[in-house]
Amino acid sequence: MQFMLLFSRQGKLRLQKWYVPLSDKEKKKITRELVQTVLARKPKMCSFLEWRDLKIVYKRYASLYFCCAIEDQDNELITLEIIHRYVELLDKYFGSVCELDIIFNFEKAYFILDEFLLGGEVQETSKKNVLKAIEQADLLQEFQEVLGVSRNPSPDTLSHVMNILMSQCTK
Amino acid sequence: MPAVSKGDGMRGLAVFISDIRNWLGNTWLGGCRRSANHRSGPAKALGELMTWWTLYSRLMCKSKEAEIKRINKELANIRSKFKGDKALDGYSKKKYVCKLLFIFLLGHDIDFGHMEAVNLLSSNRYTEKQIGYLFISVLVNSNSELIRLINNAIKNDLASRNPTFMGLALHCIANVGSREMAEAFAGEIPKILVAGDTMDSAKQSAALCLLRLYRTSPHLVPTGDWASRVVHLLNDQHLGVVTAATSLITTLAQKNPEEFKTSVSLAVSRLSRIVTSASTDLQDYTYYFVPAPWLSVKLLRLLQCYPPPDPAVRGRLTECLETILNKAQEPPKSKKVQHSNAKNAVLFEAISLIIHHDSEPNLLVRACNQLGQFLQHRETNLRYLALESMCALASSEFSHEAVKTHIETVIAALKTERDVSVRQRAVDLLYAMCDRSNAQQIVAEMLSYLETADYSIREEIVLKVAILAEKYAVDYTWYVDTILNLIRVAGDYVSEEVWYRVIQIVINRDDVQGYAAKTVFESLQAPACHENLVKVGGYILGEFGNLIAGDPRSSPLVQFNLLHSKFHLCSVPTRALLLSTYIKFVNLFPEVKPTIQDVLRSDSQLRNADAELQQRAVEYLRLSTVASTDILATVLEEMPPFPERESSILAKLKKKKGPGTVMGLEEGKRERGPDINGGPEPAPASATSTPSPSADLLGLGAVPPAPAGPPPSSGGLLVDVFSDSPSAVAPLAPGSEDNFARFVCKNNGVLFENQLLQIGLKSEFRQNLGRMFIFYGNKTSTQFLNFTPTLICSDDLQANLSLQTKPVDPTVDGGAQVQQVVNIECVSDFTEAPVLNIQFRYGGTFQNVSVKLPITLNKFFQPTEMASQDFFQRWKQLSSPQQEVQNIFKAKHPMDTEITKAKIIGFGSALLEEVDPNPANFVGAGIIHTRTTQIGCLLRLEPNLQAQMYRLTLRTSKETVSQRLCALLSEQF
Repeated sequence: MQFMLLFSRQGKLRLQKWYVPLSDKEKKKITRELVQTVLARKPKMCSFLEWRDLKIVYKRYASLYFCCAIEDQDNELITLEIIHRYVELLDKYFGSVCELDIIFNFEKAYFILDEFLLGGEVQETSKKNVLKAIEQADLLQEFQEVLGVSRNPSPDTLSHVMNILMSQCTK
Repeated sequence: MPAVSKGDGMRGLAVFISDIRNWLGNTWLGGCRRSANHRSGPAKALGELMTWWTLYSRLMCKSKEAEIKRINKELANIRSKFKGDKALDGYSKKKYVCKLLFIFLLGHDIDFGHMEAVNLLSSNRYTEKQIGYLFISVLVNSNSELIRLINNAIKNDLASRNPTFMGLALHCIANVGSREMAEAFAGEIPKILVAGDTMDSAKQSAALCLLRLYRTSPHLVPTGDWASRVVHLLNDQHLGVVTAATSLITTLAQKNPEEFKTSVSLAVSRLSRIVTSASTDLQDYTYYFVPAPWLSVKLLRLLQCYPPPDPAVRGRLTECLETILNKAQEPPKSKKVQHSNAKNAVLFEAISLIIHHDSEPNLLVRACNQLGQFLQHRETNLRYLALESMCALASSEFSHEAVKTHIETVIAALKTERDVSVRQRAVDLLYAMCDRSNAQQIVAEMLSYLETADYSIREEIVLKVAILAEKYAVDYTWYVDTILNLIRVAGDYVSEEVWYRVIQIVINRDDVQGYAAKTVFESLQAPACHENLVKVGGYILGEFGNLIAGDPRSSPLVQFNLLHSKFHLCSVPTRALLLSTYIKFVNLFPEVKPTIQDVLRSDSQLRNADAELQQRAVEYLRLSTVASTDILATVLEEMPPFPERESSILAKLKKKKGPGTVMGLEEGKRERGPDINGGPEPAPASATSTPSPSADLLGLGAVPPAPAGPPPSSGGLLVDVFSDSPSAVAPLAPGSEDNFARFVCKNNGVLFENQLLQIGLKSEFRQNLGRMFIFYGNKTSTQFLNFTPTLICSDDLQANLSLQTKPVDPTVDGGAQVQQVVNIECVSDFTEAPVLNIQFRYGGTFQNVSVKLPITLNKFFQPTEMASQDFFQRWKQLSSPQQEVQNIFKAKHPMDTEITKAKIIGFGSALLEEVDPNPANFVGAGIIHTRTTQIGCLLRLEPNLQAQMYRLTLRTSKETVSQRLCALLSEQF
């Protein structure tokens, strides 16, 4: 995958992730062109289009468009499901995610994406594993806030604390 | 699920963000809704924020300007904080860096804060480090000093025993992936990847990190002894690790197939385990009842890097592929589209592998049949992909016949699909499945589709039809008919390559020449025919008109009159071609020689403003007069056959679509090479363009007759008729008429603008002379090539309006502007306007624009002041019915006195105040200057406000002038 863009129905960019080195100018140009092209398409049209020498795969969720650019030999349908899996991850993490969550917590949206896709390739497809990584990071943050930074927990302590917290949550 | 900690005091950020945002619908992304009690803290907090926030943001950020103002204020604030004397604590630094990031993501440029972000990297506090890394990932700056600091921080985190920190560092490398990072970490990362004690998640990140570094700087990532250990990751029990490793191996294996050869058998056995597993076996790696679809796709992709494996492994692989095909036929386990997409993603990838191996006829035919079912599926996506995939199947000898059985469905798709991208795929597939047995049907269908096809794909369809018609023509009369039909249906999209080609073929095949001559002659009878047809007709009759001259209905004189009746409607290049046809007629038919000489001798030819036409007329006339019959016969001999070579049309289609798309027609799988992307073929004439078309033809008497075989190499003018005759003049650009009208009362402005080109005008007129500066601005960053603006005047206009200009530089650099000066003389009064046609190449596509050039009769007005008494005296003198023209019309614009006055002055006449007894009326007077005469003009404009109407009266000493001025001025109010 070369890049992923999230933008609203009004054409506002909400998240951009580039897996190929491009200049800022080029990125802006691509974004402008693609947003225009995708927004102009009608709902029943197919989710794939040829654009320059790339294939664009896009899908709309409520007010947000998720749009990926893949190369010629890449698989369109599985890319469509990459988008869906990412939406599921956001949804599970935020609890019924909406556009606003992504705006307010853009950093979380990026962290989740990094756990799921890295360097343009799928890193981890298991929803549980991705969320576990994010939870662990959140936990580390809380841990540090409660106990202070000086006591940087070892992985073992952390998973121990996590187990305790998790068991409390499930009760 | 632990609460998302927004409670860590980032509220300042939230307030700032809410200031910035306009109203953003709070709609769930849908599809995967969860129960409300699952919603965690921040979402609830957001809900409460909403009402307040909506109001506030509407007040704050009504407009883009307000947003920019707010942002600039914030940027100034952050800058002062960063520069301030007080050292910022980690929390504040994080807050401001986060704000900068947000501002950047809104689309504003950020040029500071990098140092602060780098400082955050070495913080021990997780959230600070995390924001630091995010900033670096999103806003990398190849500032070498910073890169060194960043690399140091990454090194420390990689060495820390904290897996979360390590993950952040690896993600950063994979996100930035710069050369410097490759230099610093290309040695370290493979170690992390294959070390026994590395955690699974770190292995996954390390694999993809290495992949990214390899893509950026392959030479910095030499494969080492770790290669074999990476291959063995395919056996790892953690499917996430296998997924990441497969991506890495696929990329590495493309460049070093030998080193990763052992991955084939491992990949096959892994795939086999996945496809045979029950849907619950793989737990969280099962996606909507499909076991590990991502991994399956990746493994199938890896196998496409290699030829079919040796028999033992091959049997197992074939079983896998059969299982995948079988499973795709099973009833769906879920109605969710995700289930079908994931299942079919694997199916399409399996079919790609089957096509890649191209060795199992059974599988190929099965694949084709299963795709056939998708052709009528209700999901547009599946129809699209099935058409695309079938294109590849059509090129295999095993499945070509099976693909052909779906022809009716594909033709139906062409007619009924509502999405142009799907129709495009259908055209591609018809093209790919075409062979001698179905060519007539497919060409006919494509031709009929062409009549309604989307403009964006017409040119490509024209090329495809032309290629198929040529390739599968058994009977060349069918070929000629098809191309003439093409020109009739889509003449504007018939590029020069297409009509060059039909001429090449007719010249090379003497069995079709008589038919071609007869057919073009008949086609030319149509009252309105496309200019491309005139070109083909002119050329063919010039060569083979004698073959039909025996029939009195197409006698030489009839042929000539027919062609000449089109002459004045054509552009300069076509006229040049026709002049060559005429001189060929002089040789073929001595009886029409006097008629043709008369035409060549006429002023509109011998004194034509266009240097090329003038020269041809002069030289041909002279040639026909001085040369003996023998010399004429030699010089004007029939064209020799063209050397057979690759069709120039095929080259053009390849160029248009890139290699690969036309592979179906080629022998097997051709190497993709830059050669087939080479420049377009030159004119078909084998003597390529002579440097100077003004080669001295008159000296030909001294040149010994050229041998019959090769075309004459000197005096190449005759075979060079194509050198500057590109395709037809485009029809007038939309809006051209409106723009034209706007220039009647003004001299400067933008005449035409599209995404590529802007044409500006600046002109001045004095008496009967004028000078117009035309500015051509290239709005793109790419060069325009072969940039040729041409002024086109009809014969009538040419007699009355003389235009002189010099050619402009044929290359216009990106962003550059070139200027062309046109010297204008009004010889006598005129009605039409010249057309400016611009042709050029832009990034491989041919552009053709025509606009009307606003040179109108009123430009040659000189205002005349006169008193009321004089005015009415003259008014009475011009009272004969031919001298007065009157028009009553509805106002098209608001009836504003000042604007009307300005327009009358802009029109060129004097505006006479206190002349008309009714002060609401406008009167004007002036003299139109031409080379031969001066024409006095009086005008009167009477507005009727109640009716919103005007009455315009023009009185001049010449009827045509009154008519023209009245028509021009009526359009202005």
